[in-house]
Amino acid sequence: MSTTYRDRVGGERTGPVPSPAIYEGTRIPSPIPSILQVPAELREAADILEVNFGPNHPSTHGVLRLVVELDGERVVGLYAVVGYLHTGFEKSMEQKTWWKGIPYAPRMDYVAFQANELAFVMAVEKLLGIEVPPKATWMRMLLSELNRIHSHLVWLGTSALELGAISPFWYTFRERDRVLDLFELVTGVRMHTRYFQVGGLAEDVPPGFFEQCRQFCHVMPKAVDQYEAMLDQNPIWLARTKGVGLLSARDAIALGQSGPVLRGSGVDWDLRRATPYLAYDEVEFDVPVKSNGDVWDRYKVRMDEMRESVRIVEQSLEAMPAGRWIADDRKVVLPPREELHTSMETLIHHFKLVTEGFTVPEGEVYVAVESARGEFGCYVCSDGGPRPWRVRFRAPSFVALEATATCMGEALVADMIAVVGSLDTVMGEVDR
Amino acid sequence: VTLGDVPGVVETREAHGETTVVVDPARLVEACTYLRDAEGFDFLSDLSAVDYLGWGEKPVAGYWGSASGRDLNAPGAAGHRRVPAPKPKRFAVNYHLLRVSQALEPRRVRVQIWLDEGETPQSVVSVWPTADWHEREAWDMMGIGFDGHPNLVRILMSDDWVGHPLRKDYPIGGEPVRFSDAE
Repeated sequence: MSTTYRDRVGGERTGPVPSPAIYEGTRIPSPIPSILQVPAELREAADILEVNFGPNHPSTHGVLRLVVELDGERVVGLYAVVGYLHTGFEKSMEQKTWWKGIPYAPRMDYVAFQANELAFVMAVEKLLGIEVPPKATWMRMLLSELNRIHSHLVWLGTSALELGAISPFWYTFRERDRVLDLFELVTGVRMHTRYFQVGGLAEDVPPGFFEQCRQFCHVMPKAVDQYEAMLDQNPIWLARTKGVGLLSARDAIALGQSGPVLRGSGVDWDLRRATPYLAYDEVEFDVPVKSNGDVWDRYKVRMDEMRESVRIVEQSLEAMPAGRWIADDRKVVLPPREELHTSMETLIHHFKLVTEGFTVPEGEVYVAVESARGEFGCYVCSDGGPRPWRVRFRAPSFVALEATATCMGEALVADMIAVVGSLDTVMGEVDR
Repeated sequence: VTLGDVPGVVETREAHGETTVVVDPARLVEACTYLRDAEGFDFLSDLSAVDYLGWGEKPVAGYWGSASGRDLNAPGAAGHRRVPAPKPKRFAVNYHLLRVSQALEPRRVRVQIWLDEGETPQSVVSVWPTADWHEREAWDMMGIGFDGHPNLVRILMSDDWVGHPLRKDYPIGGEPVRFSDAE
């Protein structure tokens, strides 16, 4: 079903895996694609009950409000209300220097934080045209994959919990803590690491990190087997995920879905392979694709992705280059601390960078990375000054929520929890 | 692949390895349909607007100045090396397209339209349904109305919000404080 990047290099691009028709035609509601409207005749005939889920409901991720209309147990109408976590990240970043804008990015998607950081930093680097040392590139890739594992673990634990399976939560959070320990070791904090710096990494990798990371790679595949052992044969889990929340490949593309949701619908698409960035074209990994487009397939895609991420981390550890962790460009990168006491030039550079920030040439770029949730894009526009003119984030969760209405065809109210869970939205990223 | 055949194309630019196709807003849907069907750009990654009010000029409301009066935002004062090239109109709307399902090389293209205050482009919800929420966000944040959008209401701000926060003339920290004895 899936091929490695190497198989495809030099060959023809094969296009999508032909998927069986999950359903005929399209299920995208018309005329409003994101709202499921109750047909007029049904509203006349049946006793429709309008129920408000959220914005604070134990079974929704974060503050999402869903207004559903029920005909008995059946969901016949639905719309989502978002914006409760809107904090104006994009506006705030226009007021800060490029440098001070970096910590904003990871705070949007607080589960897959490093992908956000990476997209913003890479966009700024693209405008600057600055060369990143190989060690930084590989470390970024390693940490991004650890972060993907982290995000999928949080997703699995909470989604299973919402469907009544309590045990996986404890197991996934056991491994999640190991990942967070690794982040703490290398960056000093467990979440919102702000470790990626324009030009490379904020600091060198501390001693002991690679060894601890290797131990984690040893443990993780077995842990994934354990999660699957808990869920794969579980009749309740099977009944609540198989055939629920259907989304065809055609509808998924039309609705702009990306990441595991798109791949669960049978579209063989992964930015890491299609438009390789960092060093993804130098490692071998498979892109898991499933073709039934239901909650179960999205679950399986994420499970396989965790295994593939471990493979990428292992290869990164093998190939990790030595050398500097950040570019040697005094106009952009903070100078080494110890030089501040002896060199006037260094002191001036330090002072200018901290007070005024570096300037970025005029222009606009769009950089997209494959975050744990799909295409995380960052559009950056500069007027040549020390602050961004405009920063815009393409949040995969925001787009995923649009598909809720399409996935709800013939669903019961209990399925809604499974469907919304399987889209893996993080509200901080939806509302930004 | 040449993108010069796009209907209503005004200009095609290459910068930073990215292709930008500027099209006439009046022929936007035509251009987008062509790109989707004939060029295989079946995936709308992103739709976002930029406000260029005050681009290359003295600052507008909502910007900081320092206590000493030195204008940190004036070109040349805060690290601006040169005044940026002027823009044709106040707002730009960027459509970032991507090829996903076609057996063609993966490629991105940016479709750009330019608008003045009050001008409304056509909605592309009929071309890519995913534009629904993106256009609502552009309306909410930038005040760009889209003709033919089926449900153009605010999405992130509350329904009774006044103003469009991402506009450059929207003040920072300008949220009115409501006192209990007022109103």
